[in-house]
Amino acid sequence: MSNKYIGKSVKRVEDKRFITGKGRYTDDIKLVGMTHASFVRSPYAHARVTSIDTDAALEMPGVVAIFTGDDIKETGIVGVPTGWQVNFKNGDTMKEPPHPLLIATGSTAKHIGDPVAVVIAETYAQAVDAAEAVEVEWDDLEAVTDPFKAAQEGAPLVHDDARGNLAFDWELGSPLDEVNAAIDASAHVTMLEFVNQRMIPNAIEPRSYIGHYDEASDKYTLYTSTQNPHLIRLLMCAFVLGLPEHKVRVLGPDVGGGFGSKIPHYTEEALVTWASQQIKRPIKWTETRSEAFMMDAHGRDHVSKAEMGFDGEGNIKALRIKTYVNLGAYLSTFGPAVPTYLHGTLLQGLYTTPKIHIDLCGVFTHTVAVDAYRGAGRPEATYLLERLMDLSALEMGRDPIELRRQNFIPAFDGVEQPGYQTQVALQYDSGDYHGVVDKAMKMLDYKKFRKMQQEAAQNGKLLGVGFSTYIEACGIAPSAVVGSLGARAGLYESAQVRVQPTGKVSVFSGSHSHGQGHETTFAQIVADKFGIPMEDVDIVHGDSDAVAFGMGTYGSRSLAVGGSAIMKSIDKVLEKGAKIAAHKLECAADDLEFAEGKWTVKGTDKSISFGDVALTAYVPHVYPQGLEPGLDFASFYDPTNFTYPFGCHIAVVEVDKETGKVKLQRFIAVDDVGNVINPMIVDGQIHGGLAQGIGQALLEGAIYDENGQLVNGSYMDYAMPRADDLPMFELDRQETPCPHNPLGVKGAGEAGTIGSTPAVVNAVIDALWSGGHKVRDITMPLTGERVWRAMKSNS
Amino acid sequence: MISYPFDYVRPETVEEALEHLGGDTKILAGGHSLIPALKLRLSAPDKLVDIARIASLKKIKKDGDEIVIGGAATHREIMDSEIVQKHLPMLAKGASAVGDPMIRYKGTMGGSLAHADPSADWSAMVLAAGGEIVIQSKKGTRTVPATEFFTGFYSTALKDGDILIEIRFPVPEKGTTMTYQKFTQPASRFALVGCAAARLPDGSARVAFTGVADAPFRDKGVEEAVGDWSEAVLEAAASHAAEGQNINADHYASEVYRLHLAKVYCKRALFQLVIE
Repeated sequence: MSNKYIGKSVKRVEDKRFITGKGRYTDDIKLVGMTHASFVRSPYAHARVTSIDTDAALEMPGVVAIFTGDDIKETGIVGVPTGWQVNFKNGDTMKEPPHPLLIATGSTAKHIGDPVAVVIAETYAQAVDAAEAVEVEWDDLEAVTDPFKAAQEGAPLVHDDARGNLAFDWELGSPLDEVNAAIDASAHVTMLEFVNQRMIPNAIEPRSYIGHYDEASDKYTLYTSTQNPHLIRLLMCAFVLGLPEHKVRVLGPDVGGGFGSKIPHYTEEALVTWASQQIKRPIKWTETRSEAFMMDAHGRDHVSKAEMGFDGEGNIKALRIKTYVNLGAYLSTFGPAVPTYLHGTLLQGLYTTPKIHIDLCGVFTHTVAVDAYRGAGRPEATYLLERLMDLSALEMGRDPIELRRQNFIPAFDGVEQPGYQTQVALQYDSGDYHGVVDKAMKMLDYKKFRKMQQEAAQNGKLLGVGFSTYIEACGIAPSAVVGSLGARAGLYESAQVRVQPTGKVSVFSGSHSHGQGHETTFAQIVADKFGIPMEDVDIVHGDSDAVAFGMGTYGSRSLAVGGSAIMKSIDKVLEKGAKIAAHKLECAADDLEFAEGKWTVKGTDKSISFGDVALTAYVPHVYPQGLEPGLDFASFYDPTNFTYPFGCHIAVVEVDKETGKVKLQRFIAVDDVGNVINPMIVDGQIHGGLAQGIGQALLEGAIYDENGQLVNGSYMDYAMPRADDLPMFELDRQETPCPHNPLGVKGAGEAGTIGSTPAVVNAVIDALWSGGHKVRDITMPLTGERVWRAMKSNS
Repeated sequence: MISYPFDYVRPETVEEALEHLGGDTKILAGGHSLIPALKLRLSAPDKLVDIARIASLKKIKKDGDEIVIGGAATHREIMDSEIVQKHLPMLAKGASAVGDPMIRYKGTMGGSLAHADPSADWSAMVLAAGGEIVIQSKKGTRTVPATEFFTGFYSTALKDGDILIEIRFPVPEKGTTMTYQKFTQPASRFALVGCAAARLPDGSARVAFTGVADAPFRDKGVEEAVGDWSEAVLEAAASHAAEGQNINADHYASEVYRLHLAKVYCKRALFQLVIE
């Protein structure tokens, strides 16, 4: 143990290769004999395939093979499954219609881009040319893209056997009649009907896959830009293609961002793997940016009605919610879990609300599947709660921060004081919610701001401040609980710590970095725990042949779950190392202490270094009797609970009175993500998260037209947040350790996104009220026109 | 995506470039509109004639009482040009409103004008600065005032076989002020509405819009209403902005909002001219 790295802003070891263009992404990989694929996709959101003619395409130069939905149908391959089952309230099984790899003749395409055929050719250009020559006849049908409309009587059906387009309905919380009574008895009820709009993830690296069947070894290799290689292997082998798992290797090389969109098992992954076996050659497919807009699992997309009831003193008495969730045309891997167990369960927020009830409908529409998108359910819950809090304060003439403080759950550390049991199934681990607010309010200088705001209003300017005090649940777990809630997988993590004979250390992690900096953060921990230089630690991840079955990276879980698995293996190494050291030093293991990379006999200067013990473990000439050689330990860590980061975000905006244009002037974020291993990486995560959360508030959002066409499927039309849209972020931290994992860490990947969105919208609403426009809601993104119209209709 | 196959030539001179034109040929300059169109297979030329490095098209100079900007001068070169900064500061400043740094180093004023995107920044500025477009073909050279250059949605006075070789501006008389005010489309960073305006020493005005209608236009109604340039008169003038135009609508701005923005940005531009 040493303290050289943990808690320090060590520069990321992976950045040299990324910055110098030496990252190795799937599309960089070129295999001997590799072919290229291009898909023939539906130009309609809902249309029946009446015929597929590949004759002309097959004659095109370089074409190796063409497979259509009809070919797939003949194989008996049904399609890709979801990873989560959420049954109806009445116990009926969730509707899980097949998600075929390709649409067959007579079947219907169910969203724009739904693939009908794949063309495989010697070059990508040849594949694209030939794909254009595949002739498909379509019978265009009526489409529905809005989840509320899709759930209404008479809406076009996405799947014939899903009545009312319902995959499931679901409820959570206190008995509804108790909530109804509490709402009815409330002195004030804040009601908000709102939309949490659909987001397109836009990872910088488009999805890319190489399927490679090797005839000699009868083995399959899939290179994939995924967040979770093992999960892909399991789903693809066991549920899609029926391949023997031990004959399939899934590699996730460098991956350029995911934000959740690279969790799901996609049809194209299974297809290139299957087709490679058909043609006995490797096949690469890398999507175009247009395909990424159209095909990558989208995020959010809720239509909600929420009511919050208060007593005469401003204490929250009840919360009642009805939400329609757009699941898309097919159930993606985490699709059913996101709006339920990652959203409904967070509706307690930071408040002592005694009665909560959420009722939601999971709805099919003619749109691409919706899955996790940075925050995944928790931003939707936070948006709902925090919009209600600021709006309630405005309506009741209360200060928004004082109203929150009055309703906060009191501080608890989860050790001396027990965890907090919510009305919606979770037990919070530890928290000090006033603490983050104190810090953030000091940074804001609230009194000064309100004075400035008043002066601005007198000069015809609209300044506003918006707050968001959020909680999230990271490191989704434990497996037994998620299993009982419908997960079809466990949610533990694996780690192997292999001390090499020379004392160098290889760590095999089931987490999978797609930008998070695991190679740095994990190495900092291992180096300090063993008292060795970071350069002596290598982090291996993303190879199912090298790494024990791991669950991958999402839900801010890598450090809390994956890091804890590493800690377990570290402890095993140190325990065995102590036995070897004791033998060499001729003392009892209990007489030793380990520090600064060596075991020392307490009270003496007799010691042996970590490296010498490692060498002894592999050259066991002088060695404890009965002890196995080697210093190499694998572990699986299954957490006992989620972790619960929280924080306070504050946005300050100016609204252009004439145009409605919003200028974000300041953004303050005080986050408590538990203990911090690398502050720079955590700050980077917060920065990126804030940009995405602010992006949702002000800029982003998928737009489908009434025919189900994606209107803004390019960067000319879909606005991503850029540096000049954002102020310099003002960050601070509080560190409340997680009581139930060995590192005391909670997770930082999603905090920025979860907390920021409502703060920005609240700030705009506050600015409008300061100018006498009593606007209750504006649908995101808050474009100039929407804000302008809101002002005009509330003046 | 990947484009259809095409031939590519990079001539050294305008005359040589003209020899290559004809048939399904496209002229390539900065390529920031053309290359994406090729990659999306929305455009399928047989041949690209790359004029970006023809030396005579890169020049920015003062020629008597005119400022001349070569057809292939990049936004960045215009931004950095001391001649432009001195005589037509609106253009130097306006260049920084075009796209982002990467676009400004590659994209050209000539390419932007020839492409005639209805939301391009340069069009309004060239109109307000009283620019003329010089066009060369095998038949010779002709000059078209900017007011006659833009003929409609993505269409201009350029014909097959033409190359836009330069843009000429009168050196403004002492006392002339110009400004470009833009409401940026958040995704593309083109002008959702852009208003360029000039105040001439004789009290007259040139006011031009981009992003508002199918083609950029000079707004005679506003120009004739600036009167004594007093605040109240200018406000009244701006309230007639884009009158009679067919206003564009898209998911960032409906017809009503776009027209409103045109009025607001017109007012801001006119007020700015009074301050300057």
